[in-house]
Amino acid sequence: MGSAEDSAEGPQNGDLVRRHRLSTRIWHWINAAALTIMLMSGLMIFNAHPRLYWGEYGANPDRAWLTIGANAEGEGLLRIGRLVIETTGVLGVWTDSEGVVRHRAFPGWATIPAKYSLADARIWHLAVSWVLAVGLLLYLLWSLANGHLRRDIHITRSEWRPGRIWHDITEHARLRFPTGAAALRYNVLQKIAYAGVLFGLLPLVIVTGLGMSPGMDAAWPWLTELWGGRQSARSLHFIAAFGLVAFVVVHLAMVLLAGPINEVRSMITGWYRLPKDRTA
Amino acid sequence: MNDRPISRRRLLGAGALGAGGLIVSGCDKLGGSTAFRSLLTGAEGLHMRSQRLLSGREGLAREFAEADMSPVFRANGNAEVADGAYRRHLAQGFAQWRLLVDGLVARPLALPLEALVAMPQRQQITRHDCVEGWSAIGKWQGPHLSRLLDMAGLLPAARYIVFHCADRFGTRPYYESIDLVDAFHPQTILAWRMNGQTLPLAHGAPLRLRVERQLGYKQAKYVMRIEARASLAGLYGGKGGYWEDKSDYAWYAGI
Repeated sequence: MGSAEDSAEGPQNGDLVRRHRLSTRIWHWINAAALTIMLMSGLMIFNAHPRLYWGEYGANPDRAWLTIGANAEGEGLLRIGRLVIETTGVLGVWTDSEGVVRHRAFPGWATIPAKYSLADARIWHLAVSWVLAVGLLLYLLWSLANGHLRRDIHITRSEWRPGRIWHDITEHARLRFPTGAAALRYNVLQKIAYAGVLFGLLPLVIVTGLGMSPGMDAAWPWLTELWGGRQSARSLHFIAAFGLVAFVVVHLAMVLLAGPINEVRSMITGWYRLPKDRTA
Repeated sequence: MNDRPISRRRLLGAGALGAGGLIVSGCDKLGGSTAFRSLLTGAEGLHMRSQRLLSGREGLAREFAEADMSPVFRANGNAEVADGAYRRHLAQGFAQWRLLVDGLVARPLALPLEALVAMPQRQQITRHDCVEGWSAIGKWQGPHLSRLLDMAGLLPAARYIVFHCADRFGTRPYYESIDLVDAFHPQTILAWRMNGQTLPLAHGAPLRLRVERQLGYKQAKYVMRIEARASLAGLYGGKGGYWEDKSDYAWYAGI
């Protein structure tokens, strides 16, 4: 992102400007691919034991806070605490591409591989986890060095003012996005979302993933203890993964609403056309 | 302004659904290609080297207090054994049973259960982590594997320790293997006692391997014979374990 001021000499509405750095663009797409594979192979791994617990231990005889399964009537059920949601067709009980009714938590179209295989899902998940973790580390170090974090992600004191944040929220709710040179800078909601992913959800999903490994537990026990045990780490891993899904859903919705061709182009080529002022 | 984003959204929504299908079938195709698959499974070596670098040879799995133990320890895999010779030993309380230690050793052993019970013991309360995701905490007791291997005298060519088990899945016998780093680890024991009682049938009577820094499928139950080998090639599927051969589970199961 440039730091152009909205002045007569600065870029004008409708101008094509440099927006995203090469490092941001490369990481964005590698990370998008890695996260997709991690999510889909992770859902398959969850299918091997579709129950979540808090604490150090947890298995079928123990109380789960979340389960995805089926009842005797063949209905798919998602249970969260005392809440029971019927999910037949999507979760717990669904029909595969060959028309066979399957009793597994997540359906074949959402998992890697499509057919049940814990071993293959683990091969994908654990190999691509290196891409996710090393990619994030390199990107953060590089973005610290080139000033991306300080200039574009760092939330200034004035931006933390509740009035400013509220203003951005109401503008977003009305689908009124910044135009002209203001669109070159991230607004405070974008900064909060991107910082939350870079420093919150992505590190959390990586560290809770490592916290489930018996080998890591022997090397760095605090990695598991930090979360209150292996099963807590597993639960938080799942929650963080769905936090990332929520981010991606909002992120894609914003791209669509802000003009998908311009936005996607800027993340591929780096060039972005400044939105024109609203005439209405 | 009103119509366009919605039709765009529909278009992209349909695109996303298609993309999901493409990702699955694309990944399934890639996962089926031998070259790409070996690239992915190559990460296993990275996991082993990095974890061993971090924990060292002697790094211990966490141990717990009695109060932390699972009220019920889930039994997994085979919970009983059909083999006739095994059933006779079970009926006799393993009085005539012998643990064989052979392969690349100077002095092959045939040890009765009393000999294992009479050896110096280690007791540990550890967390059993299943590859499926569940965990149970239990108390295990037995002699160090390293002591047995020292008694038998490993030959210099020995690189792997294989555990031959009495249970089968269909016609295929269960077996597992570890390298010498884990074989000589201070928490690697042959448990004949669990949660203060003689090891129950469902948990692998009379003897179960505990190799605490790895996942549950490495904790071989119903151990009948321990074999020292130079290589895992030529043994069943050659990948060092029943699940490794059958489903391509990782041989190094530290993650």
